[in-house]
Amino acid sequence: MIHPIRAGIPVLAVLLAGCAGNGEASRDVIQNKGSDTLVNVAQAWAEEYAKVAAATAVAVSGGGSGTGISAMINGTVDIANSSRRMTDSELEQARANGHDPIEYVVGYDALAVFLHEDNPLAGMSLDQLADIYGEGGATERWSQLDVAPPGCPSDRIVRVSRQNNSGTYFYYRDAILGDQRDFKLGSLDMHGSKDVVDLVENTPCAIGYSGLAYATEHIAMPCIRSAEGGDCVDPTVATAIDGSYPISRPLFMYTAGEPRGAIREYLDWVLGDVGQCILHQKGYAPRAELDCS
Amino acid sequence: MSVADRRDLAWWVDRVAQILVLLGGLSAIVFIVGIFLFIGREGAGFIFEGFSLREFLLSPRWTPTSNHNPTFGALALIAGTASVTGLAMVVAVPFSLGAAIYIGEFATGRGRETLKVLVELLAAIPSVVWGFVGLSIMNPLIVRVFDAPVGLNVLNSGIILGLMAAPIMTTIAEDALKAVPDTYREAAEAMGATRWQVILKVVLPAGRNGLVAAILLGVGRGFGETMAVLMASGHAVNLPTSPFDAVRALTATIAAELGETAEGSEHWQALFTLGIFLFLVTFTINFLADVFVRGGLPGRRRGRRPVASANP
Repeated sequence: MIHPIRAGIPVLAVLLAGCAGNGEASRDVIQNKGSDTLVNVAQAWAEEYAKVAAATAVAVSGGGSGTGISAMINGTVDIANSSRRMTDSELEQARANGHDPIEYVVGYDALAVFLHEDNPLAGMSLDQLADIYGEGGATERWSQLDVAPPGCPSDRIVRVSRQNNSGTYFYYRDAILGDQRDFKLGSLDMHGSKDVVDLVENTPCAIGYSGLAYATEHIAMPCIRSAEGGDCVDPTVATAIDGSYPISRPLFMYTAGEPRGAIREYLDWVLGDVGQCILHQKGYAPRAELDCS
Repeated sequence: MSVADRRDLAWWVDRVAQILVLLGGLSAIVFIVGIFLFIGREGAGFIFEGFSLREFLLSPRWTPTSNHNPTFGALALIAGTASVTGLAMVVAVPFSLGAAIYIGEFATGRGRETLKVLVELLAAIPSVVWGFVGLSIMNPLIVRVFDAPVGLNVLNSGIILGLMAAPIMTTIAEDALKAVPDTYREAAEAMGATRWQVILKVVLPAGRNGLVAAILLGVGRGFGETMAVLMASGHAVNLPTSPFDAVRALTATIAAELGETAEGSEHWQALFTLGIFLFLVTFTINFLADVFVRGGLPGRRRGRRPVASANP
């Protein structure tokens, strides 16, 4: 539901870039596409970069990690954004087409679990999440977790998830269930992180997940324990940087072959202090601790 | 006959116009065959290799991106589409038949014209707007009124879809009633029948085929609708047991997953197989509707009534 709007932005960006490019033939346009998790920060990078490097325009579009990776395989994009690693078969396909993807970790994202703001549940363990979301898991009702969320008389846990080919879906599944288990059927599969947050905000029985950057003031985020009885860690940028939050993931950019020229300069800038501070401002964890004040 | 055509400008204009109109007519055939060939080709790899019809029709497990056990069961998706469409018909049939009878048999003058315009206006509301109504108005309402765990479910999308299908069904049903010759009504009235008796015993039976066609086209519309159902149904792979269960429609599955699926992969082909299935179902429904429209009762006036196709 969000896609058509998001899709419009890159088209506009490309058009603008095209218009601007008519005057000066030397202007480089970098095509950058992929992960919806990264799209906001990628756009912020592109805008800021336009101020420091007038000769380069970066055209950003979302569509999801899969879209970016497909574009990398088909060679229609210079930099693909992804919230998951490319799989071996995807790497093979890309190489077969003559594009050798080079991987860059551009930052980290804490994957927050979302609850309705009235839900009293303060902390959850990975095992509890697996019992709620995983196939064969027994947890179907809030009373099994010893809570009674106000406004949820049915006691049913409404599981909110993502469509089954989003990078966020893959990461969350593998993080809480391992790579040999699937989600239970019957989750509400939203088409975008923002839709997940909107639905959980308005549904007292719901539980959902998405990148920390999508959290709003009207949503509760329980702390997460990696083991029963262990430390309960809040999802924050700081805990994602120091690695103590159990479900934080690297965010990737892929280039087709060793980057050169304008693409190389852009990546260096993204990975440098200025780019990393922009990432930090957008609610993600930079690759290393740095002072952005 | 004996006079040769004069090949002046008017003759050429006539010729060109004929050819253009012929091409327009043929284009429908070209497009329908082309679309079928296209989705058939994209889905073919799956159908001829990894495909198990048994799994497709009998398994509710739709997990195309599973690491260890990708399963392509469409039963839950078919049940989702069927339940939403079924509820939509429960909503739409009384509304649309009632509206058609009122517009066709009772309303007169300005009132009738205004009503017709309003019904057509209702048909013109884009489906994404209906979806938005389902998402932001019906969803909290259902949660509050019924204490349902979530308001995106069969009930929500069924009502939305019913309201979307009703205007089209009204228009076609009204055409069907209008096609019943006035001599029938006059004869019944001459026998002393009341207005309601005339409608119930004479007009409705005489227009039966057209009314069935109207309902079938409404069903076809329901099967094919995507955006509103995607937004209002909850989009959950689920065999519904109550109107408050979230479900997922065939169309919505294609819409949500195709964009991020690698071209040519098994998942991609499975989505096209869903498309083929949908195409066959809507084709059958529209075909049946057409049969009903043409197969008039004996003694009815001959010829065809125009029927708008409900599906693009």
